[in-house]
Amino acid sequence: MTAPLLQIEGLGIATTAGASILDDVSFAIGRGEFVAVVGESGSGKTAAARAVLGLLPAGLVRRRGRILLDGEDLTAAPPRRLRALRGPAMGMVFQEPMVSLNPALTVGAQMTEGLVLHQRLGRDAARRRSLDMLARVQIRDPARTFEAYPHEFSGGMRQRIMLASVMLLRPKLLIADEPTTALDTLTQREVLDLMVALARDHGTAVMLITHNLGLVARYAQRGVVLCRGRLVETGTAQQILTAPREAYTRDLVEALPRRAPARRSAGAGDIVMAVRGMKVAFAGRQRLFRRDPGLMAVKGVDLTIRAGETVAVVGGSGSGKTTLGRAMLRLLPLAAGEVRFLGRDVTAAADQDFRLAAQLVFQDPYSSLDPRMRIGDIVAEPLRHTTLSAVERTDRVAAMLDEVGLSGLARRFPHELSGGQRQRVAIARAIIRRPAFVVADEPVSALDMTIQAQVLKLFERLQAQYGFACLFISHDLAAVEQIADRVVVMQGGEIVEQGSRDEVFDRPQHDYTKALLAAAPIIAFSGQAGVPA
Amino acid sequence: MSVRANSLIGGVLIALLGGTALAASVWTPFDPLRTNLRARLQPPSAQHWFGTDEFGRDVLSRIMAGASTSVLVALATVVLAVAVGMLVGSISGYWRGWTDRLIMAVNDALLAFPGILLALGVMIVIGASSFGIVLALALAYMPSVARVVRGSVLSLREKEYIEASRVLGNSELYSLLRHVLPNAIAPVAVLATSMFGWVLLAESALSFLGLGVPPPAPTWGNMLAASRPYMENAAWLSIAPGLCIALTLLGINLLGDSLRDRLDPRMAQR
Repeated sequence: MTAPLLQIEGLGIATTAGASILDDVSFAIGRGEFVAVVGESGSGKTAAARAVLGLLPAGLVRRRGRILLDGEDLTAAPPRRLRALRGPAMGMVFQEPMVSLNPALTVGAQMTEGLVLHQRLGRDAARRRSLDMLARVQIRDPARTFEAYPHEFSGGMRQRIMLASVMLLRPKLLIADEPTTALDTLTQREVLDLMVALARDHGTAVMLITHNLGLVARYAQRGVVLCRGRLVETGTAQQILTAPREAYTRDLVEALPRRAPARRSAGAGDIVMAVRGMKVAFAGRQRLFRRDPGLMAVKGVDLTIRAGETVAVVGGSGSGKTTLGRAMLRLLPLAAGEVRFLGRDVTAAADQDFRLAAQLVFQDPYSSLDPRMRIGDIVAEPLRHTTLSAVERTDRVAAMLDEVGLSGLARRFPHELSGGQRQRVAIARAIIRRPAFVVADEPVSALDMTIQAQVLKLFERLQAQYGFACLFISHDLAAVEQIADRVVVMQGGEIVEQGSRDEVFDRPQHDYTKALLAAAPIIAFSGQAGVPA
Repeated sequence: MSVRANSLIGGVLIALLGGTALAASVWTPFDPLRTNLRARLQPPSAQHWFGTDEFGRDVLSRIMAGASTSVLVALATVVLAVAVGMLVGSISGYWRGWTDRLIMAVNDALLAFPGILLALGVMIVIGASSFGIVLALALAYMPSVARVVRGSVLSLREKEYIEASRVLGNSELYSLLRHVLPNAIAPVAVLATSMFGWVLLAESALSFLGLGVPPPAPTWGNMLAASRPYMENAAWLSIAPGLCIALTLLGINLLGDSLRDRLDPRMAQR
């Protein structure tokens, strides 16, 4: 066997203050190999990738270890040499396509930059190569795209453009840091399929940094598991997923959502929320003399949700699922249709009773909590509108915090908590008034795998305890499969399919549903999977 | 320099200022208004620490007496401007639509005038007095506060925790007061501290034009203004009030910064 392309030996990274970020990590990536680096936030996976590029963020320094690319020690290379290697030898695709392209330059200008710099191509030659590459990543109109600015493209398109401009230089190593985390399931599949195809074309090795084990199963040949800056285990993707050797890897695999047996009771309760013919429109922008045409985000939706039931709404971005949830809570005006809550018509206006009994859990636990309020105050705030005495309130808040596993944290501020803890706070705030109906808008999408599992479990337990009806909005089919009783599939503002969870997952009828299910990185566990019962 | 040292220095400077202002109301080395034409323009000496001015009045006594007037005027102006500006700005930013357009049209019209010109106009109408100065300068500086507050409110009102507050059934007014304004305070605190300096100077400009606190009552501003003709041969006349204004500004800025950091829980424990 020849020497691997990338060899990391005993890499140690620490903050300038001395806290260890990465400790004695060694692994290798062969030529043309697809290796996934898996870990949760704080595992040091991004720091490792940055170290390879020699682009550690300020405040982080490499303490020890070597990084060999093609036998050349990158840690000993001068900045000038590193600059020459970045691009032609190693490229990087970032997580956030919305901010990783310069909004002030055309796509073409950014793509040709590398060619002109590293390969000394003329403008015309660079342009021709770029157009070819844009066509290769299935951009519909390469010539127009070349002249266009990044803001004209969706996240998925931008990520493809990013990929195209990195692959233009035919690097030997492509580092992709959570490249599809910000994209919906269908787009994620397209982008990653493309990445694999391009890498194969050029014999590029890929280092995919991800927290999503589903992607590891689908794309990677080998996996490297990191936890808190330490290497936990390496092995083939198959072995890591089906026969993990280490306890931590087992925890990760076990945290994957799994289908629970269908609940019998679901669907038998009283109707809590019923919408009929709901349409929601967003007005176009007001120009000087006219108004741009608006957008019909929800085009006539009928849906009923019963007590104690979880109805999941799935669909890609732009399918109108978030709008549907907001409109049900009467946070957005309806263009047509009616909303009935516990038999009462709340179409015209949300009265106080409705507000008190219908709640929302947001996707992003970072922006949905007031940064200047203490946790206890945040959870107590909904009780303002109740007749409870001060003592009863304090007791209720303490009990609620206890129930979501945050006892003793009442005096903390949101920024002092982890993402998972914050989402628990948000859930506690929504549940403390014992609502009859809760809309959960992608409540676990921003969280790590093991935290996701915990929060989903908490949610299920609270629902069993308090019996609220839930609209669970998600693009993560794995989470839906675990938690939903019924599934509603939305596309372009309309419901294209709905049914019980097992019907939709096992016997999808609509093409869009089938496409979604096929794209979802769900790991099929066979009977003898090495996961202990 | 550490945050702790900043707030310490700022605190000491401001305490010194407050102490001086208080002491002046009870005792000054000389009567700040008594003229003595035989002791005109004397340089600093053991008797007159900061020298004497063109009428032979003791500069130290006048500085002490002026401290309370100058600082009270500046403080009242800043408080008034910030209070009105926050009210107007938050209403404008939170309710948007026509309310916003109307308020901002007036606000921009006020911003379009040079502040000192605006204050001049107001002073001519109400007449020269401490109260008039406060009113005029507050009106001149309020629009920039309103702008800043409106800007932060506009972005804050789209935050999810504001929507969360609405979902909880809280009224708009409550959401604004409880969740929006506290988060909008940081830029206002910065603005207010620098405004304090502008106001001290503007007060001196108005005094210079004869529209400030009427003479012979001393303020740092009119002392600085009056010292101008003698700058070449009696520099101490400018240095004393100038230094006082500078030190006061330094103190206010240091204190303002540390106050802002302390008000923000995200900065507090760093």
